[in-house]
Amino acid sequence: MSLVKLTLKELQDQFTRAEVRASEIVRAYYLRVSMVEPKVKAYITLNDKETVLAEAHALDQELKQWRKTMPLMAMPLAIKDNICTHDLPTTCGSRILGQFRPPYDASVVATMRPHRFLLLGKSNLDEFAMGSSTEHSAFGPSRNPWKLNHVPGGSSGGSAAAVAADECVAALGSDTGGSIRQPAACCGVVGLKPTYGRVSRYGLVAFASSLDQIGPITKDVMDAAVLLNVLAGHDPLDSTSAEVPVPDFTRAFKKRDLKKLKIGVPTEYFTEGLDPEVEVAVREAIEELGRLGGEIKEVSLPHTGVAVATYYIIATAEASSNLARYDGVRYGLRSKQSKDLLEMFCMTRQEGLGYEVKRRIMLGTYVLSSGYYDAYYGKAQAVRTLIQRDFEEAFQDVDLLVSPVMPTPPFQLGEKIDDPLQMYLSDIYTISASLAGLPAISIPCGFSRQGLPIGLQIVGRPFEEETILRAARAYELATEWRKKRPAIR
Amino acid sequence: MSYEAVIGLEVHAQLLTRSKMFCGCGTEFGLPPNTQVCPVCLGMPGSLPVVNKQAVEMAIRAGLALNCSIRPTNRFARKNYFYPDLPKGYQISQYEAPICEYGWIDLAVNGRSMRVRIRRAHLEEDAGKNIHASEAPGSLVDFNRAGTPLLEIVTEPEMGSAEEVVTYLKSLRDLLVYLDVCDGNMEEGSFRCEPNLSLRPVGATTLGTKVELKNINSFKFVKEALEYEIGRQTKVLLEGKTVHQETRLWDIERAQTVVMRSKEEAHDYRYFPDPDLVPLSISEEWIAELRETLQELPQARLQRFVTEYSLSEYDAGVLTSSRALADYFERCVKLFNQPKTISNFVMGELLRELNQTGSDVESSPVSPERLVELLGLVDNGSISLKMARELFPEVYASGKSPEQLVEEKGLRQVSDEGELGKIIVSVIQSNPTQVVQYREGKETVLGFLMGQVMKASGGKAHPQKVMELLKKALAG
Repeated sequence: MSLVKLTLKELQDQFTRAEVRASEIVRAYYLRVSMVEPKVKAYITLNDKETVLAEAHALDQELKQWRKTMPLMAMPLAIKDNICTHDLPTTCGSRILGQFRPPYDASVVATMRPHRFLLLGKSNLDEFAMGSSTEHSAFGPSRNPWKLNHVPGGSSGGSAAAVAADECVAALGSDTGGSIRQPAACCGVVGLKPTYGRVSRYGLVAFASSLDQIGPITKDVMDAAVLLNVLAGHDPLDSTSAEVPVPDFTRAFKKRDLKKLKIGVPTEYFTEGLDPEVEVAVREAIEELGRLGGEIKEVSLPHTGVAVATYYIIATAEASSNLARYDGVRYGLRSKQSKDLLEMFCMTRQEGLGYEVKRRIMLGTYVLSSGYYDAYYGKAQAVRTLIQRDFEEAFQDVDLLVSPVMPTPPFQLGEKIDDPLQMYLSDIYTISASLAGLPAISIPCGFSRQGLPIGLQIVGRPFEEETILRAARAYELATEWRKKRPAIR
Repeated sequence: MSYEAVIGLEVHAQLLTRSKMFCGCGTEFGLPPNTQVCPVCLGMPGSLPVVNKQAVEMAIRAGLALNCSIRPTNRFARKNYFYPDLPKGYQISQYEAPICEYGWIDLAVNGRSMRVRIRRAHLEEDAGKNIHASEAPGSLVDFNRAGTPLLEIVTEPEMGSAEEVVTYLKSLRDLLVYLDVCDGNMEEGSFRCEPNLSLRPVGATTLGTKVELKNINSFKFVKEALEYEIGRQTKVLLEGKTVHQETRLWDIERAQTVVMRSKEEAHDYRYFPDPDLVPLSISEEWIAELRETLQELPQARLQRFVTEYSLSEYDAGVLTSSRALADYFERCVKLFNQPKTISNFVMGELLRELNQTGSDVESSPVSPERLVELLGLVDNGSISLKMARELFPEVYASGKSPEQLVEEKGLRQVSDEGELGKIIVSVIQSNPTQVVQYREGKETVLGFLMGQVMKASGGKAHPQKVMELLKKALAG
């Protein structure tokens, strides 16, 4: 079996047992990238092969001296290009950052550095993570490895496509309203959005601070647990990161069945707008969870219908403020057209920001304006609390909630680009968990007739990622979906 | 019709924390541009703020000293606007939930006591500084100051004159300096004030149109600007015109206020709670702990000086105007228990020298020990009080010990009866007419004879001793 087909855990085991050398891993992956990247376009910046190879040689030399390796050692990873890395540019898929090279690593990257992982490159995304298809990247869209004229989802589409196309063994993504889960579903891989506060946001370029969360995109559920083990934990640099104990998430897999787990199916998620193919796949997956011992129950999340509206007020409000710093004064693009200060601000932002980002900045500016604040932002905050209560009540009765990730299979490139409302509805099933700050995973649960992946979402209580991982892993092992691989043509 | 002014004040006090409000950078003033910066205070993508605990503690202590209630839960909010010196495109401040609310400060203006109510005091971060250097193309920005913690203290609009405002400002500044939370330096911008004022017909209860004043960096300018503005608005109103709501700058050169921006140009700051910072919880225990650390406040210390040292209100007021001065005084009293003498000497001689050399009492070249040493020489009759006063500038300038100076200059008073006796005998012999006049009952002549003795001794004779011996000699 080719090296690039292995999961992170499998590759790690081989490396630790000295069955494969880091330099072989690097060569295999760069060969794979050279073959498929022109078609998939998962990366914005690819790391220099010789640099990565030099690090791999060093690792191979040093390996003999070590008694113990670390879980990510020599693992070739992709990092979404809105997570700061001091050694590669961080563009956020935007012209406004130019070739911005942060003078620091995001806390998650800093935590991973001692593992001596191999950074293959920075993966593509919708500009500032605003979008569901990567079509809003200033550097062009990534493609869905299963069908190249379809979108890989977004905003972490580059990360999901890179994992699905074996262009990296695993990747980091970020999720604000579904940006890890939705592309993972589109590309037939696993995407985990941890509980808000579980993983440090320091160095994740902010889109909507009260929602953003970094998480892994991987080939299977085991790998998601391995990565989360490294990513999770309190960070003094992020006031919103939680001071809660971090378990060894792989221990969640000791139980192979779902006995004594109550699994809720929200009625409101299976109504109008849900594609029949998706519904069939998800219903079958739910039956499988039942066969594995889970007790399936219908539950209600009454405020589901207003979640998308609520999200687009809160997220855009925060974004309008978060993106104000791109003014051309200190870094990134500065318009050469301007004659005075106001023009410098305006022209820089006009030239540097894309259409969707501008739309959201305008929406967010509007909802925070004096006279409108109470009607929009204030109201949205109140509704957000109601949505959180919906979940709290549901979790009185059940341990997990299951649903589709996305209402349809992945759509075609260009299909929704001119219809923002349709595009926003791609996240209808993922947004609620984001507003409630809950952990949620997306795992493959079938394919459409066209051969495009369909995802299953499992949502858990705050900081109960273990329960999610346990159910997801049991389902993954009971089914064969993870063994299917895209042909890329 | 006559009008009265209604004045409110916003004061921005820079807190004396070691590091900035939301990052670990230092707060020292005057370093080379952009050497005190990091990703957080430069607003780099992905960086996040973390609240400085020391700043919160200083705000609470200032709030307690201003009789404010401290909010158990308070939030930071973003104030959004674009400006080159504002790295994130928003300032982190407090809006709906300030840390301190509803306090007051008691003042004495012209012997009349008044209370100025504090509406709120909240924490926020400072911006950087734009530099318009003529030799450079375009403008430059120095972010050293960006992120420095500020406490914004807002009064109710209820002061009526420039004099009241200045008294309030001095009192507030003394208090903050006293608490060690602000250095009170107006020129360096660590204590900035922005008055707002409106005029209304005397006796009216509704407020007139408000004008805000900026660019005022000394008490003198506060007074001048307010008086100018009250005059300007009075004139406008008397002419039957209306005052416009606007922000005006104090133009130092022209000694007048000029329009900076009108109401129409005012920003919509789009305040909203900062999602990067969780609400700040302040427990009762924490507040109690900080209350313990509050030093005796100036007002209380003043009263204690009056009762404990029998000083006048005025003297006690001067001595407690800064903690350093009050500490200096009490150190002296501890070494030499004559509070009144020390008070006179400190207020007269020491403060004059300090003023003339532009120094403050912390860096006084004359320590309490030296000052007391000098007063001790008066007490034991070695020199006169007058000589001590005359000698003080030299003690101050040279840094030498008073004892040593007195010796060097041969100033020690002569009280030796033998030596003085000889002088007296010679004075009596050379002024027979006056001696006769005295003996005939003209006592005023004694002063003349006394002066002759002092003169003959080169001013060193101990006056009381001379008087005693002279009387004895004339009687004999």
